[in-house]
Amino acid sequence: MIKLDSKIPEGPLAEKWSRYKAGLRLVNPANKKKIDIIVVGTGLAGAGAASALGELGYNVKVFCFQDSPRRAHSVAAQGGINAAKNYRNDNDSIYRLFHDMMKGGDYRAREANVYRAAEVSNDVIDHFTAMGVPFARDYGGSLDTRSFGGVQVSRTFYAKGQTGQQCLLGTYSSLNRQIAKGTVKMFPRRDMLDIVMVDGKARGVITRNLVSGELERHSAHAVVLATGGYGTVFYLSTLGLGSNASAAWSAYRKGAVFANPSFIQIHPTSIPVLNDYQCKLTLMSESLRNDGRVWVPKEKGDKRHANEIPEEGRDYYLERRYPAFGNLVPRDVASRAAKERCDAGYGVGDTGLSVYLDFKDAINKQGEKAIRDKYGNLFEMYEKITGINPYKQPMRIYPAGHYTMGGLWVDYNLMTTIPGLYAIGESNFSDHGANRLGASSLMQCSGDGYFILPNTISDYLSEDIRTGKISTDQPAFEEAEKQVADRIQKIMAVGGKETASSFHKQLGKIMWDHCGMRRDAEGLKKGMELLIQLEEEFWSNICVPGTDKELNQELEKALKVADFFEVGRLMCEDALQREESCGAHFREEHQTETGEAKRNDANFAFVAAWEYQGPAAKPKLHKEALEFKYVELKERSYK
Amino acid sequence: MNFTLKIWRQKNANAKGSFQTYPLKDVSPEMSFLEMLDYLNNQLISQGKEPVTFEHDCREGICGSCGLYINGRPHGPQRSTTTCELHMRDFKDGETIVVEPWRSKAFPVIKDLIVDRSSFERIMHAGGFVNVNVGCAPESNSSPIGKLIADKVFDAAVCIGCGACVAACKNSSAMLYAAAKIAQYAMIPQGKVEAKERVDKMVKQMDTEGFGFCSNTYACEFDCPKGISTDFIALMNREFFSSKACKQKHA
Repeated sequence: MIKLDSKIPEGPLAEKWSRYKAGLRLVNPANKKKIDIIVVGTGLAGAGAASALGELGYNVKVFCFQDSPRRAHSVAAQGGINAAKNYRNDNDSIYRLFHDMMKGGDYRAREANVYRAAEVSNDVIDHFTAMGVPFARDYGGSLDTRSFGGVQVSRTFYAKGQTGQQCLLGTYSSLNRQIAKGTVKMFPRRDMLDIVMVDGKARGVITRNLVSGELERHSAHAVVLATGGYGTVFYLSTLGLGSNASAAWSAYRKGAVFANPSFIQIHPTSIPVLNDYQCKLTLMSESLRNDGRVWVPKEKGDKRHANEIPEEGRDYYLERRYPAFGNLVPRDVASRAAKERCDAGYGVGDTGLSVYLDFKDAINKQGEKAIRDKYGNLFEMYEKITGINPYKQPMRIYPAGHYTMGGLWVDYNLMTTIPGLYAIGESNFSDHGANRLGASSLMQCSGDGYFILPNTISDYLSEDIRTGKISTDQPAFEEAEKQVADRIQKIMAVGGKETASSFHKQLGKIMWDHCGMRRDAEGLKKGMELLIQLEEEFWSNICVPGTDKELNQELEKALKVADFFEVGRLMCEDALQREESCGAHFREEHQTETGEAKRNDANFAFVAAWEYQGPAAKPKLHKEALEFKYVELKERSYK
Repeated sequence: MNFTLKIWRQKNANAKGSFQTYPLKDVSPEMSFLEMLDYLNNQLISQGKEPVTFEHDCREGICGSCGLYINGRPHGPQRSTTTCELHMRDFKDGETIVVEPWRSKAFPVIKDLIVDRSSFERIMHAGGFVNVNVGCAPESNSSPIGKLIADKVFDAAVCIGCGACVAACKNSSAMLYAAAKIAQYAMIPQGKVEAKERVDKMVKQMDTEGFGFCSNTYACEFDCPKGISTDFIALMNREFFSSKACKQKHA
């Protein structure tokens, strides 16, 4: 019987973390050498945690599916990383960052966790700078900042439109340092396919060597998942094609509860779908909304070229609807507003499913060079993909699946409901409520990995100093490996006609249509039915050529898609139970007269945490009540 | 559009590879190069054949996974473009397109178009970092770095580790790759402290891995999808020789 205990410490908000930390148990340096830790994933969270744990002296094993840890999808984050440095003297503070995140998340996040993320944000920036991450600087040599959506201060540190890349490469360098020292052992080209539990604790993982196809057993005293989000459930998303839910899902199947699965961010500014072969949508950073103005024609179906539509024929709908924040409203609001205009028939492009993001005014005012300095690589990227020069005519953009606020439920220690299993970064649920603010993801991932987990995990591991090496010859490992092998054999044996990508594409369409930017009860129920049908079809018609004992990319894809049916169903289930609109979760049945999200704080101020009950059974809902002592629950207005 | 594809097929590291020819019809000019390969693979699978294995992930030119040698050029005919950013509109209808993996002794083929780039990893393990522990960092603005230097550091730091520089070089030299990292750290106070030791170790590892020397053809810069300048190689050489000179002086 699972009982959720968030373990939020007592005391005033601003002192919770420091007081709590002071009381955590430690593992002495000599004993750390006797302790093994597995980290899965090498993005900002995973590589950060692995290097920090290595520095402390633990034996760390790290896994990633790519050929190098440097390719984890944190690399693609563009716009920036937040910190409450107040370098601009614009009255920023840890409290204000906390408050912005609480409001931005539409009051569905835990106060204590959010405050802590804001609290360590300044340390994160200092650490990156010390590692040589080339953040943008001004002429005096100090770090520069810019503004992001949903806030009124300038607290976003950046490295052109490649902030994620630079932060990840910094983190990768710290990981390399530990690999060289021998504290961290790196296992690239591995898919983690199951968690191994011994006596109710997470004690290892089963991985598949993607080159040889062999299954491998790895044991440890604790397992850390840093495996990112499940946004590829939509098939078309801004994520890397290899991003997947399988590691987190194997934990869910073994009893880790999954929180707020329906909270998934649709990013407002992606390059729209251009053709039917597309398998990926490319993001255009939110930072572009600092200088770009979003508009559609005032006349329905106006087919004139964008540059021929005069000022009076343009509807800058974000500035019109949200004068206080204008083009910098949060992502959920901007996405829905774009969809509203397109659905009403004002969309542009061949499909009518896009809006303009226009830099004309910014270029006229600041000059092309200034714009090139700030966003050069993004403009180039846009031109390469579309063949259109955005310095000469507006970009066309449309919302796309992007980031999952939902994830494995964790307590204040970042531990899941499985003892010894931790989830950090995007793979957990804790800091962004129902909507994430831009540039808070890099911040949270790095905070979790470098500054939070290394402290909390020692408290748990302090009980393991006498345990000794965990053997991989025990029945638990054998059984877990057999389950994985059986699943692989089951997929290989189908011998159908349809590819994994084809199933994935159909699944993505079901999710986008029924559990996307706007949801209603009928659609969600329909979506679940369609998912069950498609899953049945998958198991009778999937085609995987080749064998499982070699490098087989079709098998890798099929294993990932097989998990997404359940992920999708749980998302629908969660969206259906949440009879309110909040943040990215918008239920047609619950909106204000002006079409904004309408929360129901009396009945839904809780985290929905789902417990697995078997493949066909309805999962069990646990509720973690959210308490708000430091923010006042208000209608989230950006007007 | 219609194309004739000549693609390197190799079952595994030990197998002998060969070129296979695949005619491909009705390709949309809107497709990216990798989407074109996806399209080919779908056809191969439906014919009961094994699809072409190639590496890819982000498909937006930043992760550095994809790297194909296309018509004799790393990442194909367009400059400053990764394979995943390349589009079929950049090719001529009816063209024959030759697709190979990176060719270098230090990058052995794993399967079809996938190579093992772990030699790049080991160069980084040798010294591609600043020795600083979590918790040791001073306040960020305590050591200012002028904008012009900061911008130059950024230009070195944009390397995506794809390996195109090695594939472009007739000597299979990894100088541009190593130099970009060495230069990034040598130009800033955080990395300067151990700059000499770093250059020594990384250059030594580069040689151990079997990468060749630089003979100044600048093919690497020309084909680098991120346009990293060979000036950084000059900077690396300066660091290297000054490190040598230092050592001799103290010997």
